[in-house]
Amino acid sequence: MSFDPLKIRKDFPILDQKVNGKSLVYLDNAATSQRPVQVVERMNEFSLITNGNIHRATHTFANKTTEAFEQAREIIRSYLNATESAEVIFTSGTTESINLVAHSFGDAFIHEGDEVIVTEMEHHANIVPWQMMCERKGAKLKVIPFNEKGELSIDTLDSLITGKTKIIAVTHVSNVLGTVNPVATIIEKAHLKNIPVLIDGAQGAPHFQIDVQTLDCDFYAFSGHKLYGPTGSGVLYGKRKWLDQMPPFLGGGEMIDRVTFGKTTFNEIPYKFEAGTPNYVGAIGLAAAISYLESLDHTLVLKHEQNLLQFASEKLKTINGLTIYGEANEKAGVLSFNIEGIHPFDLGTLLDQLGIAVRTGRLCADPIMDHFEVENMVRSSFAFYNTMEEVEVFYQALIRLKAMF
Amino acid sequence: MTIDEIQQEIIDDFAGFEDWMDKYSLLIELGNEMAPIDVQYKVDENLIRGCQSRVWLHQEYLDGTITFEAESDALIVKGLVALLLKIYSGRTPHEILASEPRFIDEIGLRQHLSPTRSNGLLAMVKQMKLYALAYEKISTKNN
Repeated sequence: MSFDPLKIRKDFPILDQKVNGKSLVYLDNAATSQRPVQVVERMNEFSLITNGNIHRATHTFANKTTEAFEQAREIIRSYLNATESAEVIFTSGTTESINLVAHSFGDAFIHEGDEVIVTEMEHHANIVPWQMMCERKGAKLKVIPFNEKGELSIDTLDSLITGKTKIIAVTHVSNVLGTVNPVATIIEKAHLKNIPVLIDGAQGAPHFQIDVQTLDCDFYAFSGHKLYGPTGSGVLYGKRKWLDQMPPFLGGGEMIDRVTFGKTTFNEIPYKFEAGTPNYVGAIGLAAAISYLESLDHTLVLKHEQNLLQFASEKLKTINGLTIYGEANEKAGVLSFNIEGIHPFDLGTLLDQLGIAVRTGRLCADPIMDHFEVENMVRSSFAFYNTMEEVEVFYQALIRLKAMF
Repeated sequence: MTIDEIQQEIIDDFAGFEDWMDKYSLLIELGNEMAPIDVQYKVDENLIRGCQSRVWLHQEYLDGTITFEAESDALIVKGLVALLLKIYSGRTPHEILASEPRFIDEIGLRQHLSPTRSNGLLAMVKQMKLYALAYEKISTKNN
């Protein structure tokens, strides 16, 4: 049996449009993926029929909403194979998830002179929160470099880890290079020294089914809007043993046990970390997206995505003066490049005129730009609803535009 | 010619093109033909940084008019920069402040001046106006 993207595209009516008079070719999936009708309908149905604030009232709508919200948590728990649903915290996205850990884990466990390890290929969202925390605490940020293929120099890890290392934060898949990092190996090495590992799964979760128990990661963060779900939804998975020991991130309603002006005691996980009214419509939408993904044959989906990436890489490599950034043996979803003599802004602008959506710029990853000594890049990124024909259209467009310069 | 007459001339030049590709080809050509900014002025102090592309802007005020020199690393932006210089360079502060670059909208390239398109172009127009405002104040004071 093979995967039929044309059939899948019927679930994504947004793709069936003309942009600037041309059929849309959407290749900016690493920035945000599109949502299937199943997700949109679930969210609409919810907003139109059962909206009520969760965990707070006795009326029917509130109870139904609470039930749907907790059901969403359970769907995600089961998808991630987490031990218990209390380990699934709803956030606004990967950025909030990482900030939560940097802040609360940092507060509990990181002290002056301690060390945090990240990699050279992190998105700013997995650098800046750690940097801010290190600044507050007087701790040091250390960096695992990557080689010219865009693969982590994992052999440096042994010397980077010291008795002062308190946490390692690493991206599952690079949002620029597409590299799939050997996260299992990193986790294994770190755990030998009892160091927890946070995985930034913003680009990993959209391509791989994550089993947090097999992977044995301590934290896994991802966003709904890159996983065919709504914007403003996201998840932080964390092991109970850490979450229990971490102080709350934000203060407010729902996260408390009992408040007096003298002292406030805090609620249990996950509520301790969900202050205020959460984006429950978003959480329900994200669960609907995950249910949608579970309805597909994941092996076939992944194979199709890999075929798209491979085909695009092969085609683009034939273009004279085109440099691909990131040629790791294991890649997923992302193909970044530059064409000699053409500024990415110009290329992005002209591709848009041809109905093709890509991302251009610094891709929220200044250290990667610095590594390759470039100011910007063009990034194409693929989802399972893309077709080989679209890759061909993209390739032909690049040939046509190159001739304009 | 007044600023407005030059703008109208540019609008008429672009009106002849039906295909967007020709419009962009002309911008690229203008960008390519444009004299580069003197290297001594291509410094951080004159840099208007956008996330997507960068613009350098240098100015000199002499005998009541402001002369601008500018450059961008992106060719389409550079083409638009060339047009902006054609309109605004060598003008009095008063003329610069009294005129909006309406041609960009009218030749169908409005999206390049939207604040969400961080190509440095909008910031460049603002910067030119700020220089004009500053020099206008100086000249009023001197008079």
